This record gives sequence, structure tokens and C-alpha cells, in this order.
Amino acid sequence: MEILMILVIGVLFTVATYMILTKSLLRVILGVVILSHGAHLLLLTMAGLNQGSPPLLGEDAASYADPLPQALILTAIVIGFGITAFMLVLAYQTYKVHKTDNFDELRGTEDD
Amino acid sequence: MTNLLILPILIPMLMGVILIFFKDSKTIQRIVSTISVVLMLIISSYITYTVYVDGIQTIELGDWPAPFGIVLVADLLSSSLIALSSLLALVCLFFAFQTFSAERERNYFHPFFMFLMVGVNGSFLTGDLFNLFVFFEVMLISSFILISMGSKRYQLRESLKYVIINTVSSMLFIVAIAYIYGITGTLNMADIAVKISELEQTGVVSVIAVVFLFVFGTKSAIFPLYYWLPHSYYAPPAAIAALFGGLLTKVGVYTIMRTYTLIFPHDETVFQILLILGGLTMFIGVLGAVSQFDFKRILAVHIVSQVGYMIMGIGIFTNLAIAGTFFFLVHNIIVKSALFLFAGVTEKITGTSHLKQMSGVLKTHPYVGWLFFITAISLAGIPPLTGFFGKFALIVAGFEAGHYFVIAVSLVTGVLTLFSMWKIFMTSFWGEVKFADPEGENKKVGKLLIPILPLVALTIILGLAAEPFMQFSLELADQLMDPSQYINSVLKE
Repeated sequence: MEILMILVIGVLFTVATYMILTKSLLRVILGVVILSHGAHLLLLTMAGLNQGSPPLLGEDAASYADPLPQALILTAIVIGFGITAFMLVLAYQTYKVHKTDNFDELRGTEDD
Repeated sequence: MTNLLILPILIPMLMGVILIFFKDSKTIQRIVSTISVVLMLIISSYITYTVYVDGIQTIELGDWPAPFGIVLVADLLSSSLIALSSLLALVCLFFAFQTFSAERERNYFHPFFMFLMVGVNGSFLTGDLFNLFVFFEVMLISSFILISMGSKRYQLRESLKYVIINTVSSMLFIVAIAYIYGITGTLNMADIAVKISELEQTGVVSVIAVVFLFVFGTKSAIFPLYYWLPHSYYAPPAAIAALFGGLLTKVGVYTIMRTYTLIFPHDETVFQILLILGGLTMFIGVLGAVSQFDFKRILAVHIVSQVGYMIMGIGIFTNLAIAGTFFFLVHNIIVKSALFLFAGVTEKITGTSHLKQMSGVLKTHPYVGWLFFITAISLAGIPPLTGFFGKFALIVAGFEAGHYFVIAVSLVTGVLTLFSMWKIFMTSFWGEVKFADPEGENKKVGKLLIPILPLVALTIILGLAAEPFMQFSLELADQLMDPSQYINSVLKE
């Protein structure tokens, strides 16, 4: 199961890298979103995908699942969500002002 | 005492929330911000004093014992840095009062300034790796907003790049955390340090160390990851640029210092990489500064070159080098922010930040000129100011460790730094009076200089009192180079 997950993560990272390297603004942002999904899945997988009961009170289960990665991912997803929302607003504003979504036209050093 | 440690995080957070409700009232916002920053300064100074007298202080949040819950740890490094960042916040806040338009203050400048301080103080204090990530994000999202506030063409374009690059590196931070959780099963930094030193596979540890270097290297703008910095830090107004230039990259340097002294001290290849990167960072940074003709942009590119010195110090990795790195870090926070504020003052006087469009500020505003002169030669490393002693310690440490080539690079960089500071002084302050803004000659800027004075005074005082301050730095370096102190006080063994 871990191997499969790692393959999925690899594919996500590849896609994300490709999208981040394109020149369209929206694609870059989508790439960052996909990258964050890959990172979150990696966090889940690295802790080991073992089965077990929920780590609640009681001592009769044979094994317990590790609750920490899930808590971490929840935090990371919320942060990622907030940043994505902000990025989309910023991108829209940039598009409105610069009238382009092409990163090639967003280069330059002039200080207008 | 121990509960005090939470206050440098709690005060700005609560005050930030309160400030949101008073967004229309300029006076209330100013009073509340000032009170909270002053409180932060007092409390963090007291924490530094306690740490200096009683040793490392910790607090376990929610009373969960150390490796399971989140701990806040104040050792000499983190406590002195929160004190310094509070001082810097106070200075920048007062400068902002003088320069910001009413519109900017009404559009949530104050709350996000406070949230930025939450992130900065939290990153300095936390002893938990994931918590560090969270505080980094708090800091970054506030900085995103502060940097893009105003929505000018240039600002939007550059802040977009800043946001994307930092988000990508944050995602890699999660990846690095995942790796480290995979091999050690813990996130508490002290616990990780214990587990990693017991680990037999060093290859994995090196890989993780390099991923961390990438993450923190992007935040602290080291070669080859610095390209976002010069443009982004040019965008915001002087008060914000000073805070960013003084603090944000230094948070990255702090995390490198912390993780490499605590978690990865056994990995020699990584320190070699750090040395090489340090040399390249400072040299390429200073070349960038020499080629610019814009006041603010020269300063922004200079940040890169100064970070290089600190990376070099960490790469040399002896007690003296770490002490020198801390000395230089403090020097740089003070001087770099002061210089950015001076850039703001001259821009206010002359109406431009381009060097070729202004000259002769010294004739009309002599105090500005000479105060700038003191700060600039301090940055270039002329004794008896702080810049000299920081560099001196680093260079002596480099000689003792036998890294002659990097030392040569750093000396050349020092000369070029002097040259670029000289260029600013000669073109914009010296010579005939010629301003882009014809009204500039009669502008009164005395009020603007008051917030900068403490910074200029500090660089002189710390330079004259270099002996005791160096003793303090050496003590701090001893504490950093002996991770068992940190580990014992966190895990209570």
C-alpha cells in the first residue's frame, strides 16, 4: 500500500512541477495546489499506513493508529486553503491591472 | 516565570484581533499597537535577562510533557532575538506613524503588523518542528498582505512571485517534516536531536538536511535561491521594507542556526555545502549591489550578501564562528533596518529613490547625511562600529579552521560593500543640491529621524562595548554548540 501511495505522490509532484514551470498564471497556482496535495499525502504515508483502532480511551484494542499525522495534515490543509484563496485573489488583481496572465509579460525591472 | 514565555506570542495575537475591530479609528489603533509593542519589548527583555541568569527556560503548552506536546523554549539565541525584533517593531511602527497615509492605516496595516510579530516571535520560541511550520505560515501570510497592500502595478507583479516562491518552499517544508517524522517518529526538536544521533543510516539524514537547507535557504535568500528578494523588498514602503529586510530573512538564518546546531551537527558534507553557498551568496549579492543605481534596491540586494556572511559562519562551525554569526546577525538586523529607513527619509526629501536624480542632501539636511554615514560605514565594517567586530570574529574563526578561500572572498566582498555604500553617499548626499522634487529643500524631516536614532545609537554602543557583547555571544555560542543543554532542559532528563 505504501508503494502505491508513493507512486501517486510521485505523479502528483511531477504534475505539479510541470504546472509550476508553465507560463500561465492560473496553471502555476494550480500547480502549487497539487504540490500541496502531494506533500500532505507524503506526510500521511511517511507515518506508515497501518490499521488499528482510533486512539481513544480504552486499552482493549491490539493496535492503535497514529493520530499525529492526521492532526498535522488537517492543520496543513487549512493553511494551504487560506494561502490558495489569497493567491487566487492576488492573481485576479494582477490580471486586472496588468491585463495578462502570461508570466513572460510580467517580467521586467522597470518600476512603474 | 515560565508562563511569561507565551506572552511574546499571545500579546500581539490578541492585540491584532482587537485592532481589527477598530479599523476606522486611527488614534485607537496607534495607541493599542504602541502599547502592545512596548509590552512585548519589556517582557522579552525580561525573558532574556532571566535566561542569561537562570539558563534555558521552557514551557509545556497544555501541560503535556515534552516529547508529546508542544514546547516553547527560550535559550540565549531565541530570547535575545525576540527582544531585538520587538525593538525593531517599535522603531518601524513609529516610522510608519510618520509616513503612512491614513488610507493604509485604515486598511488593516496594524492588525497584520501584529500578526507578523506573532509569526516572528513564535518561530524564534517554538521547540517543535511542525509548530515552526505553522508560525512560518503565520509570518508569511501577514508578509504577503503587507507587501501587496496598495496594489500598485509593480507591487502586484512582484508580490505574486514572492507569494508563489514562498508557498512552494513551504510545501517542501512539509515534505522535510514528513521525512523526519518517518525516520524518528517525533517532531519535538530536542527529541529529534536525540533520535537522530542514535540513528545509524547517515545518508538519510544528509538528504533531510539538504531538503531543510532548501526550505530555509529560500526564506533567508541564499544563493541560488535569492532571486525573489531584490524585487519584492523594493515594493513596500520604507517602514515595512525595513521590518522585512531586518527580520524576515534573519528568521530563515535563525532556523538554519537552530536546526544545524541541534539536529544535524554531525553531517560534515552539509557544512561544506554551507561554506560554498555562503561564499557564493555574499559575492554574487554584493556584485548585484554594485551594479544597481537605486537607493532601496542597493540595500535590498545587500541583504543577500550579508546573509552570505552568516551562512559562512554557520558553515565554519566553531564556537567563535557561531559567536561571530550571532554578532553579525544582531548588527545586520539593526543596521539594515536603519538604512532602509534612511532610504525612506531621503525619498521623502527628494521625491525619488534613484541615485542619479538626487544629490546634495547633505547640504540641505546635514543630520540625515551624517547619521546615514555612520550607519553605512557600520555596514561596510569600519571600526569601532558593530560591522567590524562581527566580520572580524568570523574571519578569525575562518583562519583558525583553515578556510582561506572563503575568507578571501569575504574580504573582497567587504571592500565592494564599502564601495557601494560610498556610491550612495557620494551621489545622493554629496555634491550640488539637485532634487527630483523641487520643494525638497525646505522639508522638515526631524520627526522622521527620531525613530531611527535608537538604531544608530545601538550600532555605536554595541561597537564600543564589543568586548562584553562578544562575551555574551561566546556564551550563546557555547550554549548552541552543546546541544545537550537544550535537550536536557526540554526533556527534563
